Amino acid sequence: LSSYLTLRYYVCLAKLALHHFADLSDVSISGDIPVQGEINVPVGTPSQDKEYSTLDEPVKDTILRDLKAVGKKFVHVMYPKKSSALLRDWDLWGPLLLCVTLALMLQGGSVDRKDDGGPQFAEVFVIIWFGSVIITLNSKLLGGTISFFQSLCVLGYCIMPLTVAMVVCRLVLLGGSWGFSFIVRLIVVTASFSWSTFASTAFLADSQPPNRKALVVYPVFLFYFVIGWMILTFSPSA
Amino acid sequence: MAANSDFLLQFQEFDSSESHLGGIGDATTISIEDTAAGSHNPQKQRRSAPVTSFEEDNDPLANDDKTELLSGQKKSAPFWTFEYYQRFFDVETHQVRRRILGSLLPWPGKNFVHLYIHNNPDLYGPFWICATLVFVIAICGNISDFLVFLGEPQYKYVPEFRKVTIAATAIYSYAWLVPLALWGLLVWRNSKVMNVVSYSFLEIVCVYGYSLAVYIPAVVLWIIPYEAVRWLSIVVALCLSGSVLVLTFWPAVRDDQPRVAIAIMTAVVALHVLLAFGCKAYFFSTLEVKHTAVDAVAGHGTKSPPTTKIQ
Repeated sequence: LSSYLTLRYYVCLAKLALHHFADLSDVSISGDIPVQGEINVPVGTPSQDKEYSTLDEPVKDTILRDLKAVGKKFVHVMYPKKSSALLRDWDLWGPLLLCVTLALMLQGGSVDRKDDGGPQFAEVFVIIWFGSVIITLNSKLLGGTISFFQSLCVLGYCIMPLTVAMVVCRLVLLGGSWGFSFIVRLIVVTASFSWSTFASTAFLADSQPPNRKALVVYPVFLFYFVIGWMILTFSPSA
Repeated sequence: MAANSDFLLQFQEFDSSESHLGGIGDATTISIEDTAAGSHNPQKQRRSAPVTSFEEDNDPLANDDKTELLSGQKKSAPFWTFEYYQRFFDVETHQVRRRILGSLLPWPGKNFVHLYIHNNPDLYGPFWICATLVFVIAICGNISDFLVFLGEPQYKYVPEFRKVTIAATAIYSYAWLVPLALWGLLVWRNSKVMNVVSYSFLEIVCVYGYSLAVYIPAVVLWIIPYEAVRWLSIVVALCLSGSVLVLTFWPAVRDDQPRVAIAIMTAVVALHVLLAFGCKAYFFSTLEVKHTAVDAVAGHGTKSPPTTKIQ
């Protein structure tokens, strides 16, 4: 219906234009120019109905759709190409999941020491979210075009290599703390922290003016370095 | 008509002298109006027509001046908007790099503010240099503890994350509260003695923030557990960053009374020294601490873990 109305509108405009030109060029054209024909425009109403009816779908479908979106973003982080899917459909489920996993796995270390021990759950949480907010504010103040939540989304998802490194470290720590296991942990944490930094700059660097890219990348580097340090220095209780 | 042209000539002179003293086109026109009304009161009825015509003639020029000034100056957005803070981040990578290098290599006669800041103080440098320094101190302190107590059977390695909070509080309060106090002090002295050089609060924050940059490599050197290396690096770092501060603030206080000037410079240097030695003492344990701790454990036979306290 809307397409038909648009067509009518354009026909009226054409009539007006013809009248105008008729006045200018002194050619007489009779009044109305009737247009006849059939218009078959595929209107997208069926799909609109589909989107509005997500309330009726079973809960399993909703959860699976969100999980698929989160999973697709994990794949994007593992193979960082310059795609805009991560930026367009941002969500904070993935970062929350990763942050909670990382904070839980950093617990259970040095429980015999009440003070001067490893980070508490709340400390890890605060460092990750507060750090992400500060980096996002920094990139926006420097003139970045990325939005606030998109940046939080990217920074949160790029913690995934470090979470994988944490899992690996805990497995390696089962076989001893020092010597060979330390070398292995060092290599794993270094590799995953550079992967995280590289993946997040692949997404974030495009939104910055070209002469300020290093100013935006450095805080991201510092952020993942600190998280990598927390993972490397995790020492389990005796 | 001759009287009119005389009056117009007078008006023009007054206008030009006012613009030299005033500086803002808006204020100049207002003051001229007032003095014209005051001084030429008895002649006002006769002069009102030429005065208004001259005013109208002057107004487009004043508007041009105003727009020119506004385009040259930074737009002042209200402080609760995002744009207000964006003008403090108006720097580029090469500018930040130049500023850091300039703070690492001070030269007598080269004022850091005039040479590198150029009326464009930024908050990026101070904030991220302080953040880097906080984490570097915490991490390097941790590593140095580990290296000092390596081989001790009673020592169990712990990452001490409490120290990050303490380091952050110390560094950030030094880098932001001391400039605030110094700026207040300089403003107060400026009201008593006319100084040639004066700095805004953000420029002082910039100088302090960039002067802390030289501590980052020094702190990394403190990992090495030999006292000679640590003392050498702390002295070199203190000289470099202290001289940046001294070279910046000496022109601002030298016109003051000699005792006040010396007192201010001594306070600046003393606080800087206090920060450096305080960080070194609190975060970095030494071999002597290890020996005393080991002796204590061996002497008393207790299993208490060695504590790393101020030497």
